[in-house]
Amino acid sequence: LPGKCLSQPQSKNVMYICPFTGAVSGTLTVTDYKLYFKSLEREPPFVLDINLGAISRLDTIGMQIGDNDMGMEIVCKDMRSPRFAFKREEHPKMEIFETLTKHAFPLSNDLLLFAFLYKEKFPVDGWKVYDPVAEWGGGLPNESWTISRINSSYEVCDTYPSLLVVPTSIKDDELKRVAAFRAKHRIPVLSWIHPESQATIVRCGQPLVGPSDRRCKEDERFLQTILDANAQSHKLSIFDARQGSVADTNKAKDGGYESESFYPNVELNFLEIPNIHVMRESLRKVKEAVYPSIDEAHWLSAIDSTHWLEYIRLLLAGAVRIADKLESGKTSVVVHCSDGWDRTAQLSSLAMLMLDGYYRTLRGFQVLLEKEWLSFGHRFAARVGHGDENHANSERSPLFVQFVDCVWQMLRQFPSAFEFNELFLITILDHLYSCLFGTFLYNSEQERVSKVCLPSKTVSLWSYINSQAEDFTNPFYVNYENHVLYPVASLRHLEFWVSYYVRWNPRMRPQMPVHQNLKELLILRTELQRKVEELQRDVSSLRSITSTPDHGPSPSHTSTPLYTTV
Amino acid sequence: MLSTLGGGGGKPAKPSFVSYVTPEEINQTEKECSRKEKHPDLLPGEVIFCSAGPVLKSIKDDLFQRVVYGTLLCTNFRVSFISDEAPSDEEAAQLFKNKLYGENDIPLTCVDHIYGGFDDKKKLIISGFVKNKYPSKIIVCCKDLRLFHFSLAYAKEEDAKKIFQGIVYHCLEPKSLKCVFAFSYGEKTLLNKENQTKPKTVMFDTSEDWAQEIKRTKGNCKLISNNADFSISAKLPQFFIVPTHVTQEDLTKFDGKGIPIWCWSHHSGCALFKTASLPLMQEDASSQLYKSYMEGMLNAVAQTHLYSVKTEELSDSLPTVQDIQQSYSKFKQFFLLDNTNDFWMTDVKWFSSLEGSCWLDIIRQCLAKAVEVVECLEKENTNVLIMEEEGSDLCCVISSLVQLMFDPYYRTLGGFQSLIQKEWVMGGHRFLDRCNHLHLKDKEQSQAPVFLLFLESVWQLQQQYPPAFQFSETYLTVLSDSIDVSVFSTFLFNSPHHMASIAKAMLEPGQRSPVNWPTVWDWSVQFDSRAQDFFINPLYMERSRQDKAPRKMPRPKHQRHQSLPSSAFKFSPSAKKGFLKDETDSLKKMLRVKRLSRWMNSPDSAQASTREFFVAWQRRPLDYHGLLLPCLEGPTLRLWSQRYLRWIPEAQIFGGGSITILKKLADLLAEVQDLRGNLDRQACRADFNHQGVVARAKSSIQLSSAFPFTMPRSRSFKPAIPIGPLHSLITDSLADQEDEENLGIV
Repeated sequence: LPGKCLSQPQSKNVMYICPFTGAVSGTLTVTDYKLYFKSLEREPPFVLDINLGAISRLDTIGMQIGDNDMGMEIVCKDMRSPRFAFKREEHPKMEIFETLTKHAFPLSNDLLLFAFLYKEKFPVDGWKVYDPVAEWGGGLPNESWTISRINSSYEVCDTYPSLLVVPTSIKDDELKRVAAFRAKHRIPVLSWIHPESQATIVRCGQPLVGPSDRRCKEDERFLQTILDANAQSHKLSIFDARQGSVADTNKAKDGGYESESFYPNVELNFLEIPNIHVMRESLRKVKEAVYPSIDEAHWLSAIDSTHWLEYIRLLLAGAVRIADKLESGKTSVVVHCSDGWDRTAQLSSLAMLMLDGYYRTLRGFQVLLEKEWLSFGHRFAARVGHGDENHANSERSPLFVQFVDCVWQMLRQFPSAFEFNELFLITILDHLYSCLFGTFLYNSEQERVSKVCLPSKTVSLWSYINSQAEDFTNPFYVNYENHVLYPVASLRHLEFWVSYYVRWNPRMRPQMPVHQNLKELLILRTELQRKVEELQRDVSSLRSITSTPDHGPSPSHTSTPLYTTV
Repeated sequence: MLSTLGGGGGKPAKPSFVSYVTPEEINQTEKECSRKEKHPDLLPGEVIFCSAGPVLKSIKDDLFQRVVYGTLLCTNFRVSFISDEAPSDEEAAQLFKNKLYGENDIPLTCVDHIYGGFDDKKKLIISGFVKNKYPSKIIVCCKDLRLFHFSLAYAKEEDAKKIFQGIVYHCLEPKSLKCVFAFSYGEKTLLNKENQTKPKTVMFDTSEDWAQEIKRTKGNCKLISNNADFSISAKLPQFFIVPTHVTQEDLTKFDGKGIPIWCWSHHSGCALFKTASLPLMQEDASSQLYKSYMEGMLNAVAQTHLYSVKTEELSDSLPTVQDIQQSYSKFKQFFLLDNTNDFWMTDVKWFSSLEGSCWLDIIRQCLAKAVEVVECLEKENTNVLIMEEEGSDLCCVISSLVQLMFDPYYRTLGGFQSLIQKEWVMGGHRFLDRCNHLHLKDKEQSQAPVFLLFLESVWQLQQQYPPAFQFSETYLTVLSDSIDVSVFSTFLFNSPHHMASIAKAMLEPGQRSPVNWPTVWDWSVQFDSRAQDFFINPLYMERSRQDKAPRKMPRPKHQRHQSLPSSAFKFSPSAKKGFLKDETDSLKKMLRVKRLSRWMNSPDSAQASTREFFVAWQRRPLDYHGLLLPCLEGPTLRLWSQRYLRWIPEAQIFGGGSITILKKLADLLAEVQDLRGNLDRQACRADFNHQGVVARAKSSIQLSSAFPFTMPRSRSFKPAIPIGPLHSLITDSLADQEDEENLGIV
């Protein structure tokens, strides 16, 4: 890779304790991007590589084999924990361990993330995928909504993008007062507007109601304006992603939720989704259940006890409710959780995937992530912990993984409704951790654009993806256009994502893809289409020269009564 | 609940169907009833026993509950509901129409349970004689997992009583085999010989079929054809194949038990045999006799083939027939759901409930056992003799699975049907007893869905390797339904002898022509040719011509051999006679010493070795026309959602499901065919005639995951939104932990 350097002479005679095929010894190499282990003991040679960015924790462990051995466990964010054993006399200082620590956690060691060193050139520039003004297109501004530059220097809200879509009739000073009333100044802003009914998805942080039931006139008017902008409904639905009880706790601590008595015409629903800590714990249990081995006999109950799919179901069910409210109820929806950057992003983007076929295309999905996740300040750096050795930080949580899992579930239920394929989703998750691309680094647009100027210093993941879009395209794709897709949020239809979570287990490795013969068929079709067109062209040119009544179009249709008049 | 009929809204009299209809409307319907004589298009030989009307059927359409008026009938074939509403002329609903029974018909043998609704209570009905009150509702659970709710509240009390008694009597009471509809149907229909040939199914009812089969697999055994009159044993088919060294005397000794029946020969020359085991464990005088007989049989197997023999007593390591029945009874309950509430309630601990039923685990065990047998044949080149008490239940499951994994021929539609003929029908699987269609009390213990277990296992294989199978998931589902349609001879008898003796008895009272029972393989009895297109898997990769060519040449002993170590017992042409003798002597010695002890316990660490075998196989490039091994890790065994979820509206994915992939493929195929046709036409004539391919079929947006079994009726549907406990309320300290904003550094 351009920009990668070997930072250490290789360590020989290292033993990799493979949980699937037994111990194997070989050479361990660490670069500033990857760890390679290669063994020539097996045929074909055994190779293991790990993106350093995927490493969550490095441990040395005492091995049972003897005092002369040192062990190293690499706990990864991508559901594996490879273990290596070294002979103490051959590696007295465990230099490799230190190098590995340094490069796996560059931020903790005053080094740059690898994305800043990576210099690969791609034919397309992924940073240009998302242009907020162009995305809103000709639809905006309209009579109700306008693109506001009030946050252009991130003064109103430092975790929001510079461009916001807000109701036309709300003045800037009102917006500022609303900002003061919403958690982290995250005011209600437009995420999506229904092309026909004008019903909208609006996202925000929780209102700072507090135990004394504070009110904010501007905030109340703001929501009323959102309701008024949609003539089709006399209600506004607020979906609070949190559990009702948790929302109450938050209220006691100065947070809270909209009171139906202060906000007329508003119906408040709690989606009962647990917080980031519960999700982190759930995925940890998933790892326990799948790595290194699976207990066949109790697999199903093991999956039940992780609750992972249950939470996936909750999220999908919540998003279905939101989408249904917009589509069948023609009602505008406001979504928030506590801060409006975790569950809110999950729900709004899932609902948009259901409602709008554009986001189900390869490019549309990139836009969706850029918009709902990156620009609206999902705290990727905090949730993933890029380059940071503090693995126990409670800010970390796999919320984005959970979202991608939901997308995968939709892909499973609607195999031909998405332009992208499973590899695309897995690639996104791999580079969520890899630190190879700048895309998922930092917590907000402000940090990315005005502090670090990421686009000029790093490569976008979309540059890589869009340069070889073919690999990430679903051959079964049929354009459903704006047909609303409601996934069935029942555990009967939810599946455990084996090809992501259990992909390190060689027994679970997928066989040759089914797509193969479809791809062949597609090629064949294109070929034949081309031939037909060619012939058609020949025929039409022939016709224009030798057009006579005899060779004209079929007589039954255009039979001119030439002889009947005689 | 909504009603399409309750235009003006009704009186809220009772919390049942009553409230939706005004009295005038009832009168109207009654008048209508009397005006038109309603009866279904009866099948040949079908007779109506009783009928009642008006009866209300409640249906859940796209999550809305509504009721339909009609007449309920009971014939000698089915329970039928004839709706007063004009039949929906949904073109697609007709596309996959079963010609024998429609969506409102329940073949009598398909009825699993009947519940009576008494006001709000639901009671399981076991007899037609009710002490006090007759139920106002009948709830019928079908073996194909459909669920019907009929309300008798509006029918005349007498009619209601009669229809209730009639249905219960004909569906649940013990009856004789002659009462099964196939007998009346068979008398009145003529066999359509021509249709039977498509696709070609080998029936294995002639010695030629067997001879052909042994030739096909290059087996080295002998065909026994003097059981044509069942003089050797009534338990064996008329024709069968045994090792050459089995003598005529051996055959007649223990009424067919203990005889190694040949199933299939591996290209290396070793073969799979099955047998009904002799009671070797018994400590009596005959046990010694059995033992020496068995020894003789094993030697016969070994001597012919010069291979060692591995015996596998299936009842030692696999669940019993009773276990299978028990597990399935639990399992199917998850899909017979009365209402939306039940659906979401059972959704909460779904995976644990599935595990609790053990059904998927039983499937896994069967597949694992089959892989074990495959390993013996493929890797160790050992003959395998599988046995169990009757030799016709798990023996059938395992032997057919092994053959399906090995032999691409059995993965074609015709081949698969031939396999079922060979192993199950001729193999004497007791279909009648296992299904207990006659509801005989003494046969209740032997009821078990063994054949369904096999189909389930096939489905798992097919899910893992779709391009390897010519038949589709829909085919398997339809086949599993057909078990309970009492028209086909295939699933009607306990053995070939049973069938022959019944047929003979039928002939005696002066009848001229033999009874014509169609076999299930004559699909034209159930489906027209358009519907039969759904049986073909568009993902199937036919062997390409280049691949086919080398097959015709005499195959070298087998290429794949070299990749796996073969056993020392393998015949090698260079071996000298003396060497050969030594080998067989030591083999005999080994057999004598180890045999009996090896029978009694299954080999240790079979699982570990099987895993290794799987991994070794997996490393080689996948050949859809070669050996296929299923992956058996926990997550790979899945729920056969088409079969089990197709009737549940909450579980339908509108615009989704695997059908959309098949649809896309089918469209593409049609398009390519059209383009080819166009090219041909253009080549000869300068006349272009383009046909829109896409226009021909519906877009997959309008289909659902339950296609072709049910169709979404309305364009605008409501999504199924979970109700009730959304998740099992875990008492987790994390859930109460403060939300993130207070913990962060920001």
